[in-house]
Amino acid sequence: MTATPVSPSEPELGRARKRKEDARLVTGRTRWTDNMTVPGMLHMAVLRSPVAHARITSIDTSEARRMPGVHAVVTGSDIAGQQGSLPCAWPITEDMKAPAAPAMAVDSVNFAGEAVAMVAARSAAEARDALDAIDIDYEDLDVVLDIESAARDDSPLVHEELGTNRNATWTFDSAEAGTGGDVDRALRDAEIRVDRTFRQQRLIPSFMEPRSVLADPTGEQYTMWSATQVPHILRTMLAMTLGKPEHKIRVIAPDVGGGFGGKLQVTPEEILTFLLAERLGRPVKWTESRSETMVSGHHGRDQVQRLSLAARSDGTVTGLDVKLLADMGAYLRLVTPGIPILGALMFNSIYKFPAYRFSCTNVFTNKTPTDAYRGAGRPEATFAIERMMDELAAELDMDPVEVRRRNWIGHDEFPHTTVAGLTYDSGNYEVATDRAMEMFGYQRLRDEQLRRRQTGDPVQLGIGVSTFTEMCGLAPSRVLGSLSYGAGGWENSQVRVLPTGKVEVVTGTSPHGQSHVTAWSQIVADRLGVPFEDVEVLHGDTQSSPRGLDTYGSRSLTVGGVAAVHASDKVIDKARRIAAHMLECSSDDLDFSGGRFAVRGTDKGMAITDVALAAFTAHDLPEGVEPNLDAEANYDPENFSFPHGTHLCAAEVDTETGAVRIRSYVCVDDVGSVVNPMIVEGQVHGGLAQGIAQALYEEAVYDDDGTLTTATFADYLVPSAADLPEFHTDRTRTDATSNPLGVKGVGEAGTIASTPAVVNAVVDALRHYGVTDVRMPCSPQRVWRALSDARSGSSTRSESGGGLGSMDDGGGFAAGSHGGAR
Amino acid sequence: MIPAEFEYVAPSTVEEAVQALDRAGDDAKVLAGGQSLLPVLRMRMADPGLVVDLGGIPEARGVREDGDTLVIGAMTSHHEVMRSELVRGHAELVALATRTVADPQVRHRGTFGGSLAHADPAGDLPAPVLAMDAEMVVAGPSGRRTVPAAEFFVDYFTTALDSNEVLVEVRIPKYTGWRAHYEKFNRVAQAWSVVGVAATVLVRDGAVARARVGLTNMGATPVRAHGVERALVGSPPTEEAFRRAAVHATEGTQAGSDASAEADYREHLAEVLTGRALATACG
Repeated sequence: MTATPVSPSEPELGRARKRKEDARLVTGRTRWTDNMTVPGMLHMAVLRSPVAHARITSIDTSEARRMPGVHAVVTGSDIAGQQGSLPCAWPITEDMKAPAAPAMAVDSVNFAGEAVAMVAARSAAEARDALDAIDIDYEDLDVVLDIESAARDDSPLVHEELGTNRNATWTFDSAEAGTGGDVDRALRDAEIRVDRTFRQQRLIPSFMEPRSVLADPTGEQYTMWSATQVPHILRTMLAMTLGKPEHKIRVIAPDVGGGFGGKLQVTPEEILTFLLAERLGRPVKWTESRSETMVSGHHGRDQVQRLSLAARSDGTVTGLDVKLLADMGAYLRLVTPGIPILGALMFNSIYKFPAYRFSCTNVFTNKTPTDAYRGAGRPEATFAIERMMDELAAELDMDPVEVRRRNWIGHDEFPHTTVAGLTYDSGNYEVATDRAMEMFGYQRLRDEQLRRRQTGDPVQLGIGVSTFTEMCGLAPSRVLGSLSYGAGGWENSQVRVLPTGKVEVVTGTSPHGQSHVTAWSQIVADRLGVPFEDVEVLHGDTQSSPRGLDTYGSRSLTVGGVAAVHASDKVIDKARRIAAHMLECSSDDLDFSGGRFAVRGTDKGMAITDVALAAFTAHDLPEGVEPNLDAEANYDPENFSFPHGTHLCAAEVDTETGAVRIRSYVCVDDVGSVVNPMIVEGQVHGGLAQGIAQALYEEAVYDDDGTLTTATFADYLVPSAADLPEFHTDRTRTDATSNPLGVKGVGEAGTIASTPAVVNAVVDALRHYGVTDVRMPCSPQRVWRALSDARSGSSTRSESGGGLGSMDDGGGFAAGSHGGAR
Repeated sequence: MIPAEFEYVAPSTVEEAVQALDRAGDDAKVLAGGQSLLPVLRMRMADPGLVVDLGGIPEARGVREDGDTLVIGAMTSHHEVMRSELVRGHAELVALATRTVADPQVRHRGTFGGSLAHADPAGDLPAPVLAMDAEMVVAGPSGRRTVPAAEFFVDYFTTALDSNEVLVEVRIPKYTGWRAHYEKFNRVAQAWSVVGVAATVLVRDGAVARARVGLTNMGATPVRAHGVERALVGSPPTEEAFRRAAVHATEGTQAGSDASAEADYREHLAEVLTGRALATACG
């Protein structure tokens, strides 16, 4: 047999391939869940509580049942026996307090937006119309909104049966863990001590495609299409929550339009469509309006962060104490209580702090539940420590970059085990920072800043620094186990070489905008030596990709992509045995390169595509080799991935109006080896936009009754390209040593690093007036007030501090159940 | 986001539209581009039995001259207004304010008269129209009447239009040779104005001969800043004079508080932005 010549081509890894996904998406040939129509399908609409905390005293559905087109009107008491309790897969402590979490309220409502009734009708319009005919009486209960007062013992309760609003307290102490020193001693002996309180506002994940679910009970398997990030988790959780046989459930995540953590959930509506479809024996579809997303989809962030930092007068940090209050909202969703814990080991960031202590108390309020939002715990940690490092620099009258240099891990100190017990495998903070400062023109901007200060320019210039790392690529299963997480962190891939030499790659990760199809094609094409175009990537359907743990936490490439590498390598190993058999040589004598096995020292060889045909015909296979060229790999990472970067922001602050304009934004990220630089650039740009949005624009606001007042995009300000600066980005490269691709996660980097860069810039512009903080989002009014207060000598901390004193004696931090991983 | 059911008519004359409204009593809404009405319907903040679409009435669309007066048809789109040579030449302030409305998609659908009749206190067009002493031509069952802009805006989202009347056109005296600027302050590009200042100034012989200033979102209706105008006339067009005049910006305002601004901050903004609007207009 003669070998097919394979021309040596440019490697796929590192190529800015245009996305395979886009031609179809941009021409509208899409498969969003809401595009699906199946025979006999009914439409579901959900009635939501207009009040934040109340007993349901009566529900009258009789008029709604008589409305045209209506097939059913179902209330919580109708399904109380079937709906179970929405799953929380992350019980962070053994004594965590968790309320029952019904998909539909039965006798009480605990946040405005909670489902209270549902209608199935022939059309979506008829279903919506019928909602107006449902009559519900509520008996108001005390509404618990403020996180700090909710944490106190004398607060009214969200869930009477729990006896407290405190869900759990999770602690880490480096002295107890043996990973560092004693924080109290460090604070006692501090030459400089910095105490600050920051407020992480509540945010709403603003994915472009609203959530949608279609449940079809008419087939042999019960099929659910859902706009979800987690089809595999959803399938298992549907089975466990509803007591259904897992093998009778199939979940499909078709085209999914963004998630940002907001679709990392098992939603009430997924349970409700399932139950309604089952009840009626007909397919049922639900698609939400944007305002439904905003009141009922889970929110993100929402913490009060109190930090104390001890340092020597040369800028060396000697200890850090972190105390958090985290708002759970009314219920625990899939990973709600663990979100702040994802930040617990990151407050020490890139620094060699000798002592570290962390404590977080989770608190229930009558608000929409919180859960993962891009970065999930790590933006909160990065924001707090990067604000603190700038505050320390200000206290010492030292350049903020210099303060960081004096504390960060040197490039020659990797691998480095941190005070939080994590082992960072690689990084080079010096070179990323140097490059960023050069691109930024750091000294030139500092000179301009000084000039503006001296001339009293009404527009002041501020420079914000943010250096970051994060733990992503979730995650080593054993680590997740030690954090009481309810699942593993492995990933699955199958690689199948078809008889004609084309390749199918199955991944258990589930893209919703991340470009897996393009990137996995590049990875496998390189590995097998086949053309990029010859690779198809299958995902998002528990029938075609039966094993996986889906997409979140920047895990897809570093875990799922590596699984595809391992499956490819298994295919090559198998092909090598077949090729050796056919070429009548030892497999040790075969070199594999460019898709071709060559017998060393001869001109004999054969292409892997020919091996695939031979494996398919199976006429002459070696002993013990099964007839196909497929392989499957399950990969459990040995460590997290630790991307890092340096972000610099120059902001012009109009001291007359308080308006902030980002004049220049530079970031140099190190995400290790890069599969597709265009995709990485897109991730960075989108991440920056979301991080800047937290700093300047977005905030979910509740009024005193617990009504969300920012339930439309007219009120919840998501910036557009018109509001954002040009981003100047570059990359440095220190490969991850924990995976064969050398890759690190990039999905959350921009979001994590940018928020403190912007706020540090705003504060830096105003510091000479006496401003030490501006609460996020730094709206023009907040900036103007901070400046007015500083000029008049009153405290600017009153708002940002959020009643710090009351926390100290209220017991929000001190009391509660201590436990958790140590 | 599905509106409640309603009847829909698309008359081809103003008179037919008025008849349809008259028959419907209070149960009708006028569709004049729909950039505010459709969200309101879809969120079910209103559920009219009848929607009367003015989009098919040729008379209500377009810009023309009538002697010393510029006439803008109520159904002229924002895009057409801001591109009109007549508007730019004789009512530059209107063209400049219109350029700040929302985004290109909205400006192609939304209409001049629709915005004015909606009377959103944060809308950008009422203040220029008020400042320029425009007259609103209104058609009703008993014929047409003219309402001065100062009497047209009555309250939050409320005008002098009766439920059976439509706004046909807006007559603006020509401000040929006047300089103008609309200073809009908002949080993000597509957001409503926190405060806006509409200023147009005639400078003659090195001094401000005449001035017109209107404020957006400083009360339930647009507010005419007469105090600023009076302080300006006779002054040289200098930053100093503008600053001194701007001190009067809040006279007669009743600024409200909302999520983006409390009243005292709004008042501060009105003063700062008035100075800037005048400076930019004359710069």
